[in-house]
Amino acid sequence: MNGNMVQALNQALEQEMLRDDRVVILGEDVGVDGGVFRVTEGLLQTFGDERVIDTPLAESGIIGAAIGMAVYGLRPIAEIQFMGFVFPGFNQIVSHAARLRNRSRGRFTVPIVIRMPYGAGVKALELHSESTEALFCHIPGLKVVVPSSPFDAKGLLVASIRSGDPVIFLEPKKLYRAGRQDVPDDDYEIPLGTAKVVREGEGLTIICWGAMVPQAQEAAEAVEEKGIFPEIIDLRTLSPLDHETIIQSVQHTGRALIVHEAPKTCGLGAEIAAQINEKALLNLEAPILRITGQDIVVPLPKSENYYYPSPARIVRGIKKTMEF
Amino acid sequence: MLQILNEKGDVKKDLEPKLSKGDLKKLYSFMVTTRVADTKALKLQRQGRMGTFAQSLGHEACQVGSAYALETNDWTVPYFRDLGTYVTLGFPLKYWYLYWMGNEEGMHIPKEFNLFTITVPVGSQLPQAVGLGLAANLKKDRIGILSTFSDEATSTGDFHEALNFAGVYRTPNVFLCYNNQYAISMPRSKQTASKTIAQKATAYGFDGVLVDGNDVLAMYVATQEALNKAKNGDGPTLIEAYTYRRANHTTSDDASKYRPAEEVEAWEKKDPIDRFRIYLKTKGLWNESFEKQVQKDAEEQVEKEVRDAEATPSPPIEDLFSHTYSDIPQKLKEQMDELKAGLNEDDQ
Repeated sequence: MNGNMVQALNQALEQEMLRDDRVVILGEDVGVDGGVFRVTEGLLQTFGDERVIDTPLAESGIIGAAIGMAVYGLRPIAEIQFMGFVFPGFNQIVSHAARLRNRSRGRFTVPIVIRMPYGAGVKALELHSESTEALFCHIPGLKVVVPSSPFDAKGLLVASIRSGDPVIFLEPKKLYRAGRQDVPDDDYEIPLGTAKVVREGEGLTIICWGAMVPQAQEAAEAVEEKGIFPEIIDLRTLSPLDHETIIQSVQHTGRALIVHEAPKTCGLGAEIAAQINEKALLNLEAPILRITGQDIVVPLPKSENYYYPSPARIVRGIKKTMEF
Repeated sequence: MLQILNEKGDVKKDLEPKLSKGDLKKLYSFMVTTRVADTKALKLQRQGRMGTFAQSLGHEACQVGSAYALETNDWTVPYFRDLGTYVTLGFPLKYWYLYWMGNEEGMHIPKEFNLFTITVPVGSQLPQAVGLGLAANLKKDRIGILSTFSDEATSTGDFHEALNFAGVYRTPNVFLCYNNQYAISMPRSKQTASKTIAQKATAYGFDGVLVDGNDVLAMYVATQEALNKAKNGDGPTLIEAYTYRRANHTTSDDASKYRPAEEVEAWEKKDPIDRFRIYLKTKGLWNESFEKQVQKDAEEQVEKEVRDAEATPSPPIEDLFSHTYSDIPQKLKEQMDELKAGLNEDDQ
């Protein structure tokens, strides 16, 4: 298939539901409507309303029910309509999904995927643009996954569905229809916890994920004429982090720039910088820099650009690091 | 309010369930064992051998009567004050004691029990109970799911979301509220302006039943009817068991600060075990030697479970790190190795 991220995700869901009848979907408008972004389009028609469940509008109920279904032996995929709406279900995620394995000494596991579109850059309403991945990465027991391409989206979603752990699957809505790519129709998995070097380079490593990957790529192309050739790592899984790929790259390049659209303070960039300090300090030729969203609420569309890390801001970060 | 045995032990003949002599004796013995185990736990806590826990004193009938209606394939989703449920299910009390002693081994739930973990965040287990119901419906399993909670849980959003989902999908759930009149210091009248908790079910499109929670026969009958209804595909039920939390909220609480002693004494007169003893005596099923035997068996069982619990070592360090994920990620390996290396250094 040559398709966009929405189509790749849809294919992954359909194929996993065909392969494994324990896989069920639940969420608001996921059935008849096919999801507000159409990721679940057509699945109700194929699998019926016992496996594609349109739910009342209640995030805690959706996630709580998914936990119970998982304990009973199903593999539920819960859709939260926007990341900004996950907080009513946060208690279910943090106090239960993440802990039940431990609380039952392994008797009850919670192999659920909680999918949600995240991020700014699409001129959306208030509470439709958050990127609060760090909150989830902080919680023991959760895995956190973010694709940046249709190919990765399919392989990562398949791996998430098959994972034995609760997975927070963040879909960068800016990239939902941003581009098409050849996506194999065959079934494949991209193992969780493996980052990918999406651009090989020298002298600087840019670490990013999700919708920041194309921004970083654009910035990297812009600095080529100045003789700077950054390496770019797409983390793909934010928890657990692929420390090895990050450290190896920084040991090779000697500099690190972290780009995320979440606010700077206590963002995942801080954790990555700390890891690099602990494991590759003596390889560093410049301080680790972070180009991030501001520590403010994501503004409404007319001011969104002041918030969102643009290629130009990333270019300034690259120069600052290289000129240190 | 459904009541079969009144406070004096008089029975309403037309409502009396057809239970064998053996069943009736078992109900009595489970209630006594619950009280013995609860009292023992309080002693252990006061002696510093166990941590804070929530006593079940006064809840014996609603816990035992409801759990006695469960069949092997049914599920139970308890809350943190449910000792009688564990006793009735035949759950090894060793683990119950270990949990409240603060030993992680106590979180173990043997495979043969369809019993959910203890939930501390109030009300949050209810959507999960509905998830079990949704899954059972999908798999066409003919089971019921009993989930318990106290009156304060009905104030939470999760109570509403769970019952709303259950009504929409007609899941095989039995929601059992132990209305024990207090949430720590807060009286029931400050949790809800509803006249009864049972009436809340009406808003969700299914039946609510108000039951005397100190009447073990009424609790058994109401729960069994609700479970049967669930298994027949006739949807969920909310049961309000009207009872009283005679002990402090937990062993860290002092209820004398917020409620009069007379109120507690009045409820002592409605004791679930006393009332059932009179009933058994009337039926010729109780005498002094039976009482002695029941007490002796309960004490022996409890002493053995406590001995086993106290003899259980804390889990090894590896165990603490091995139940967080399906695998042990690199970061956890590093943290575990650092912890172990540090402990080795301290030893030297």
